[in-house]
Amino acid sequence: MPEKHLSTQFDSELSAVSSRVLELGGLVESQIIRAILALSHFSVELANEVTATETRVNAMEVDIDRELSSIIARRQPTARDLRLLIAISKTTANLERVGDEAEKIARMVLSIINSGAPRSLPSLELRVAADLASGLLRKALDAFARLDTTAALSILKEDDQIDREFDGFVRKLITYMMEDPRMISPSLDLLFLAKAIERIGDHAKNIAEFIIYVVKGADVRHTPMEQIESVVK
Amino acid sequence: MTIATPERTKISVKNLDFYYGKFHALKNINLEIPENKVTAFIGPSGCGKSTLLRVFNRMFELYPEQRAQGEVVLDGENLLTSKKDVALLRAKVGMVFQKPTPFPMSIFDNIAFGVKLFESLNTTDMEERVEWALRKAALWGEVKDKLNQGGSSLSGGQQQRLCIARGIAIKPEVLLLDEPCSALDPISTGKVEELITELKNDYTVVIVTHNMQQAARCSDYTAYMYLGDLMEFGSTDQMFFKPTRKETEDYITGRFG
Repeated sequence: MPEKHLSTQFDSELSAVSSRVLELGGLVESQIIRAILALSHFSVELANEVTATETRVNAMEVDIDRELSSIIARRQPTARDLRLLIAISKTTANLERVGDEAEKIARMVLSIINSGAPRSLPSLELRVAADLASGLLRKALDAFARLDTTAALSILKEDDQIDREFDGFVRKLITYMMEDPRMISPSLDLLFLAKAIERIGDHAKNIAEFIIYVVKGADVRHTPMEQIESVVK
Repeated sequence: MTIATPERTKISVKNLDFYYGKFHALKNINLEIPENKVTAFIGPSGCGKSTLLRVFNRMFELYPEQRAQGEVVLDGENLLTSKKDVALLRAKVGMVFQKPTPFPMSIFDNIAFGVKLFESLNTTDMEERVEWALRKAALWGEVKDKLNQGGSSLSGGQQQRLCIARGIAIKPEVLLLDEPCSALDPISTGKVEELITELKNDYTVVIVTHNMQQAARCSDYTAYMYLGDLMEFGSTDQMFFKPTRKETEDYITGRFG
């Protein structure tokens, strides 16, 4: 069965915009890694790098949206092409939001450093959740590149793990704040930071849902896991 | 297997085979055309979509080497074995062709001609009927001051709407449209499509089109045909969003090789 369009130009437009999304994904992923490094080393320099790169992420989102509008206007895509373009649009928006979360982490790191109390907080414990989140995003991008629904399904399941890490961390943070009221302000920063990491997991999960949408034509947002499993199988 | 639709069925096709001499043009077609809906037939050239349309009003009988086997049931009666006058059938199942075919007579007579064959109306009633048909076909405003001019004096798009007006003037139940917009510019096409949507309130419309976007825009159900087989039939939304068969998806996304 032919996989390519009669119009090779259409094929190259679709593959160009798909690789732009993956490129954006790569950039955003490196932003997260840098932001997390900034957190574990309390590095002002790394945090500043993250904030500086954020404008590139935003510009790429705008670029991709422009390419998408152009393809839709000229090609009137249907069926799986239409689903792919809608999914690319949504994925791009989610990736840009992940970029925002990375920037938020960098800002919080700077704020915690400025508060002068960084070492006494349990920030290292966020590493687990942070690594989970960036790993999940990487998996989502890989699955998107291969339109792999089995991988997408496992991402949906893994996101729960990040949510559990987050809940545990919040409980721990509360005990710190109760012990020493001077820790409340930097703890709140850390709480926002943890929330940003948790959101990254959610965005990865959204991207995984769009992969199922492209391949299976089923919208699995807000759907119980058993039902999603039966769609994928 | 008959693919059923939730609507009331107007035309039911059962085990239909069609031959042009020895050439097997339609292979065991089973399909139910829903009443008061627009059904589109799409598929590459030679897939049998126009052939199928022409079976619905026995147009093929004009050619002796063409024959149809099976059942095409319209309102409980198998058209293929019916002893009824074919002219009566065509009054019930009207047809509009790819190229506008105005008769060499005035705009008024183009409409009145067919009506006279089936009904004897007095002058006032006939004038009313002509106006009604022209209004339905969204042409009245453009021709009301020149009803005595020849039909061929109109533009292509107007001529096609004149043919549609002529088709509906005899108040058929089914309207068959064979590529009605292929010779029209986008604005005339837009008017005809608008009209198709309007017409389905009163008629069952079946349209053959090469323009997939047109099928997507104005039909409720779409049938994809290929090499004489009915590949897939379903709601137009479904067919253009997530067709069941890969062949259909390849065709509508332009991957057909």
